[in-house]
This record gives sequence, C-alpha cells and structure tokens, in this order.
Amino acid sequence: MEAQSLSGLSPGAALALPPAGGQARRRRSLGQRLWSTGPVLVLFLPPALLLFTALVVVPILDAGRYSFFDWSGYGVPTRFIGWRNFDLIWRYPAFHQALLNNLLIIAVSLCIQLPMALGLASLVASRIRGAVTFRMIFFLPYILADVAAGLIWRFMYDGDYGLAAAMAHVLGLPAPYVLADPHWAMTAVLVVIVWKYFGFHMMLFIAGLQGIDPALLDAAAIDGANRLQRFRRVTLPLLTPTIRLSVFFSVIGSLQLFDLIMPLTKGGPEDSTQTLVTFLYSFGIMRMRVGFGSAVGVVLFVICVVFAFGYKRLAFRDV
Amino acid sequence: MSDVSAHSPAHRLTSTARSRRFARSRALVTLAMYAVLTVMACIILVPLLATALGGFKSLGELRTNPIGLPMRWQWDNYLGILGSARYWAMLGNSMLIAGLTAALTLVAGSMAAFTFAHVRFFGREMLLNYFLLGLMFPAATAVLPLFIQIRDFGLLDTYWGVILPESAFGLAMSILLFREFFRALPSELLEAASVDGCGYIRFFFYITLPLSRPILATVGIFSFVRSWNNYLLPLIMLNSEAKYPWPLGIMVYQGEFSTEWQLVLAFVTLTILPAVIVFFAAQRHIISGLTAGAVKG
Repeated sequence: MEAQSLSGLSPGAALALPPAGGQARRRRSLGQRLWSTGPVLVLFLPPALLLFTALVVVPILDAGRYSFFDWSGYGVPTRFIGWRNFDLIWRYPAFHQALLNNLLIIAVSLCIQLPMALGLASLVASRIRGAVTFRMIFFLPYILADVAAGLIWRFMYDGDYGLAAAMAHVLGLPAPYVLADPHWAMTAVLVVIVWKYFGFHMMLFIAGLQGIDPALLDAAAIDGANRLQRFRRVTLPLLTPTIRLSVFFSVIGSLQLFDLIMPLTKGGPEDSTQTLVTFLYSFGIMRMRVGFGSAVGVVLFVICVVFAFGYKRLAFRDV
Repeated sequence: MSDVSAHSPAHRLTSTARSRRFARSRALVTLAMYAVLTVMACIILVPLLATALGGFKSLGELRTNPIGLPMRWQWDNYLGILGSARYWAMLGNSMLIAGLTAALTLVAGSMAAFTFAHVRFFGREMLLNYFLLGLMFPAATAVLPLFIQIRDFGLLDTYWGVILPESAFGLAMSILLFREFFRALPSELLEAASVDGCGYIRFFFYITLPLSRPILATVGIFSFVRSWNNYLLPLIMLNSEAKYPWPLGIMVYQGEFSTEWQLVLAFVTLTILPAVIVFFAAQRHIISGLTAGAVKG
C-alpha cells in the first residue's frame, strides 16, 4: 500500500532513491572514472539535452520574455509594454469563459466521469463472461484521435443529418442545432469529452482494482460486510492512489484540451466553448500576436505548474 | 452445504428456499450488470457504427436514415477515397512524422535514461530533474515561441519542424519510463560486464537494449500514437497541404465537403480504421503503452 502510493505520479519519489554503484567502483581513481564515464556521457547525453533545451526550455523562457512585448513576430521585439498583455487578456470575456469552461470540464470529469469509470471498472475487472470485450469497447474511443472523435460527434449533433436530427424527427420536434446554440454547445462538448475519455480512466481503475489483494475482500466478507460495505471500507481506500492519479489526469487533460474542440465548435458559438488553449489559438496564433499569445501561454504554464506542485503537496501530504 | 444435511428435513427445506431466493437475486444482479454494460457499449458503438455505415449511404438517405443500415450500399464513397492520391499522401505523411518522432524519442530518450540509470556523474540528479520539468506543462503553453524558434531554424513547413518539437516534448516521459526499467535490470550484469572489460557504450548496445524490448515497445507505441493523433503542432508548423498529416488533412477535407457528410464519414472511417485494426491486433501492448505514462508517471 505504501509502496503503491509512492510510485504514483510524483517524479520526486523516483528521484529520492540512493545512487547506484558498488564499492569496487569507488576504489578506482578519479582519472579512471573519467576515462570510463567520459565517452558515454559525451555520446549519450547531448542528443536529448540539446533537443529538450532548444525546443522545450528555451521556448518556455521565450514565452516569458515575449509576453512583455507587443510583437507580431517579425524582426525583433522592441515595443515593451510591461504587464499590458496580461491586463488585456483579463479584459476578454472569452478568456473568462475559457477559464470557466476549463473548470466545468474538471468538475464534470470528477463528478460524472470518475464515478462512471470506477463503477464500470468494478464491473469489468471481475471475471465475468465478456469482460474483456466490454473493456475493449469502452477503451476504443480513447484510441481515436481527438479530431476524428470530434468530427464523428459533429455528425451526430448535426440538425439535418445526424442522430440529433433523427431523434427530433421521431419526437416531432424542429431540427435542433446543438453545436450552434450558445446555451447547449458546451454541454454537447462535455458529453463528447466523457464519451472519449472515461475509458482511459476505467483502465486506470481496472489496474488499481487488480492490484488489490482479494484476501482482504474475502476477510471482510467473512466478517459480515456486505457488497457496499466492502466497496466503501476496503476497495475505495485501497484505490486512493489510483483516484489521485485519475484526478490529476483529468485536470491536466482539461487544461490542454484543444484538438477535440476544433472540429466540433472551434470555440464558438459566441465563444461559449472556448478553453484556454482554443483561446490562445483564436486570439493569439490566428492573429499572429506573438506577445499576446505568449502571455496566454504563460498564464497556462503558471496554472499547470501551480496545480502540479499544489496537488503533489495536498494529495500526497500523508505519504 | 454438508452441515445443512445433518439438520431436520423441515430445516433443510427453508434453507434451500433461502438459497434459491439468493440465487435469484444473484441472477438479477448479473442481469442488471449486463444491462448497464450493454447500454454503455451501445452509447460507445452507435456513433462509430453510424459513421462507418454513413459512408455507405447517399446524402439523401443520410438525411432520412442517419444510423440504420444503408438501403443501398454505395461503395463509390469509399472506393473514390481509396483511389485518391490525397488519402494515401496523408497517411504517408503521418506515418513518416510519427515514425521518425517515435524513433528519435526512443534513441535520445533511451541513451539519456541509460546514463541516468547506470552512470554516476556530477549533477546527475539535477539534470534528471531538469528533464522531468517537461512533464509539468503541455506543448501548447510554448507554442508561439516554438513557432518562432522553428522559423529561425528554417524548419517551417518541413517534416522536421513537426518531428523535432514532438519528440522534444515526449522526452521527459520516455526518460522516466526508460530509467525505471533500466534500473530494474539486475546490477550483476553491469558488474560482470565491467569485470570483462566491457565499457558502458557496449554494455548499452549489447546487453541493455536487447533486454529492454518491452519498454522499447511501450515507449515507441506511446510516442507514435501521440504523434499520429497530434493536431496542434502540425497545424502551426506546416503550410503546404502536400505535407499535412491526416488530422490536418481530414479537417481540410471536411471544410471542402462540409455539405456532403457521406464523403466526410467515409473519410473519417478510413482514417481511423488503421488505428482500430492495429489496436485490436496488439491491444495488450497498446493498453500498456497508453496507460504506462499514467501508472509510472
């Protein structure tokens, strides 16, 4: 149990292990050590180091720098405007909507998707007939590209051709255009998100459930605990590490949601389905406002890092 | 059960009645369970099947019968796409980009992870933490400066302009997974090899890599699928349609034929088909590949 929770998501835990190496190696002189480790370090480290530094670290640092400039991307940034970009971001109603939508996605992931994934996982983790087939079916949407899933659902929601049209026809209602309706578009998007991602969380829970010693459940049953009690008192506490992981992925996934929104609504109608990344795309990239877009990136970065550290401290306080 | 038979006949009767009731409630539970599972499976499968079948319909039929079986199977939709150059070009582009991304991630990631796992050097922990920073934020946060960077490298609108950033952002996870696996290999191997005068580099190629096939498959699949499905990075880095991978190509196609859903549906079906086939063929590897990041990360 302890080891299980330690192995969950915290990179720090993986680092805390003592360095390898026996006494035999320690006895060798520094010169010998350099001779033997020199070539491997010179050959093996630079590819990853260069790639990572040039295309991950430098761009992030650049984003911080550019965010203080009004810059279209041509020449060098010269128009320093201080915090104006951030001020500007805050004045966009679309940004508030995007933040709200990201929170909404997280809420739905936690309150609907997570219990659903857990419930289905406990059904198909047992050795019932057809469990494997059901597992595969539930996982299927996750392997689809977001773009393909988005297009499929754009069809389903189409008021002239799709499922929505067929249902309205049967019920004798006028053709609905869900994705064009600012009041309903976000709900429609949320349905697609749950449809696509619950299978992934279900797989996490299946792995977690299979890690639980069945003897514990048997012992509880012998002590007279019924099905619900066994679930609440034995299974759920032992699944805590997996639940933490699932929550973590829901939040991170929500913060980077983009590919799925594009084929469905592109953030519209009336910005009702913007997320932070679609906001970055429509207001920064599409208009080639590098300074402004970088500032949005910085905001996203800060949210991610604050969440990652805060979550680690909060969720792993007791570890 | 055996001690029940020792009781009086009357006693035995009530106990069998009780066990029958118990059996019936068990059957009900099972039935309810399957009902839930079936309903869920339908919710998952109906959109997928409707898409695949929709590709066989005419536009007129799609309007009146969006999810049922087609009355007349229109093979032309599918055959037309399969015969078109753009479909194959798209898949080829995706294959190339995802293949090279996975290869680069495997090479750079496994080599770096090897030094972190086995070589002791000054600043090792710090450097590893430096890489692991990459786990904390998505590529979207730095996408505009990344665009500028790629432009300054002169790689805009080239395959490498997509491949390099994609593998760079995949490195953190792959190093983490590789390092964990390498450390779990028996340390006697390294000691024996060093006694035999085998250096780190030869040890890596002749002993570590051959033993690491499972993790190579996992990381390879993980980075291939991520790149195969990626939309944002190619969208920003590529201009010419001839170089578009399929997520971009399909959006262009949808834009062109937005009123002809039957073609779009056939196109969607044909582009997700390779992924679905591969998934069913190698499900075990893929599930471990796609959830490994989760469990170990």
